[in-house]
Amino acid sequence: MTVTNALWALVAVAGVPLVLGSYLFAVEAVLRRRTARFARRVRPWLWLAPALILLLAFLVYPALSTAVLSFLNANSTHGVGFANYKYIFTDSNMLIVLRNNLVWLVLFTVVTVVLGLLIAVLGDRVRYEGVVKAVIFLPMAISFVAAGVIWKFMYQFQPAGTAQVGTVNAFLSAVSSGFKPQAWLFNKSQNNGALIIVGIWMWVGFAMVILSAGLKGISVSLVEAARIDGAREGQIFFSIILPLLRSTITVVATTLIITVLKIFDVVYVMTNGNLDTDVIANRMYKEMFNYQNFGRASAFAMILLVAIIPVMILNIRRFGKSGV
Amino acid sequence: MADALSPARRGKGAAFAGHLAARGVLHIILIVVSLLWLLPSVGLLVSSLRPARLITTTGWWTAFTTPFQFTLENYAHVIGQANMGRSFLNSLLIAIPATVMPILIAAFGAYAFAWMRFPGRNALFLVIVGLLVVPLQVTLIPVLRLFNVLRLTGSFPAIWVAHTAYGLPFAVYLLRNFIGELPGEMMESAGLDGATHAQVFFRLVLPTSVPAIASLAIFQFMWVWNDLLVALIYLGGTPQVAPMTVTISNLVNSYGAGWEYLTAAAFISMFLPLVVFFALQQYFVKGILAGSVKE
Repeated sequence: MTVTNALWALVAVAGVPLVLGSYLFAVEAVLRRRTARFARRVRPWLWLAPALILLLAFLVYPALSTAVLSFLNANSTHGVGFANYKYIFTDSNMLIVLRNNLVWLVLFTVVTVVLGLLIAVLGDRVRYEGVVKAVIFLPMAISFVAAGVIWKFMYQFQPAGTAQVGTVNAFLSAVSSGFKPQAWLFNKSQNNGALIIVGIWMWVGFAMVILSAGLKGISVSLVEAARIDGAREGQIFFSIILPLLRSTITVVATTLIITVLKIFDVVYVMTNGNLDTDVIANRMYKEMFNYQNFGRASAFAMILLVAIIPVMILNIRRFGKSGV
Repeated sequence: MADALSPARRGKGAAFAGHLAARGVLHIILIVVSLLWLLPSVGLLVSSLRPARLITTTGWWTAFTTPFQFTLENYAHVIGQANMGRSFLNSLLIAIPATVMPILIAAFGAYAFAWMRFPGRNALFLVIVGLLVVPLQVTLIPVLRLFNVLRLTGSFPAIWVAHTAYGLPFAVYLLRNFIGELPGEMMESAGLDGATHAQVFFRLVLPTSVPAIASLAIFQFMWVWNDLLVALIYLGGTPQVAPMTVTISNLVNSYGAGWEYLTAAAFISMFLPLVVFFALQQYFVKGILAGSVKE
């Protein structure tokens, strides 16, 4: 066991860079024996080859293959037309899955952007901004799995009348005497919200960091001039700061949307999609491993891809404009 | 900035009082939000140090009342018996190559994109920008089948290669932007001195790209370290190769409410990211900014 460990560690740390480095030197050694013209034409492709081969084999080809699989049956032996899609868009349980993704999309994105903006704007006015930002950003560094454990613990529930061990129930019981402890992850009217709060807790730091950087880019003299002209802080925020931050907010929102569409870990760890909390990525995992239905799993994956395509086009356009 | 609201300029006592009140509200909001954000993690850390019978009967905040009862037993148990020690090592063995590989391979490509001319260069780069947002879910089934055929499922090389491919679009994108902005004279003079592209790349480009590479490395390392889905799919739950995220999610399912172990296991998995975060926060933030704010 220890020998294999050591071997893996060695491969991991030394072997990989060594192999990749030797590849380049080999390429250059071979090209040097050819004409300069030939070398100039072929070199770029040899330098790009490792990246292009991996991208083709592990992203482009699989995506196309999944598109085909989504029109095949459970074990991919014969075509079923649009049956997998029809199932997803008509079955009542699947509609709940789609609904949950939509709820996540709206609540998670809006609340995260608003909270991130609020903390960025308020933090900008105090001397301990750095500390606040570090604290808010901290959850970004940990895994959704750890966050899932943290919040399952926060949401713990004991029947009313007994001591509450979960922070949320204990706190709410302490501040309001009429409060009845809730089983946050079990009540169907609350569990999706409880999960979304975990997502927000993790991602507000991301929104805050980017919005704060955008905020620092706004000229101080512009804001000062407005103040001297007698503009109130609210007016300054809505008619100067917000319009200037619009493109930054768009960037943050699109990143959040891409993230939330694929949301998986937090649901898998905290509820595994039970009690009407399932989302597309978790349902896809279940279709793959619990039900062995690769047709339906592929259809779920394609729905994610199609939902993300507008963002993809937006990115390509924006980058094409700014010049490659 | 708030000094612009100085009382002298307003010249009225009421305005000054209003200003003080606004400042008070500002501080209260920021402090309350910060405490709320910190509380869940503190609760986890405190609980992981408490004996099992106390965790299930009293809230973690009561730990600060006498008699103090803290223990390291939970940590000893999860490291020794719940496979967390092995999993910590696996997480490292997965994350290090899965960070080095995409960065080196992306740097080769980024250098070609930035400093070599070839037909289709711009179009190809736009394809990579498009690949940035492709959800990795669309690759899972075909890639898993490929690994099954190659008998790689459940092995480290499988997950290294998968993470490398998934990390490549962002890495190529970020590094090409950085390497493309290196001064042209520097590159030309190196070429005139008779240096080959490989020499220019390793002696000049890589060393000057350290800031970008550092941001990227932290980003990719954290991503792989915190990943659950890719490990779950390609490693197939074999305990010998499972990283901490997989082990913990198994613990959640099997222990149910074994909070003393879960909290300790979760904190072990958070330990390295937190150290990286506090030590290299600047680079981490820079990577996030570079990835999102496109000029």
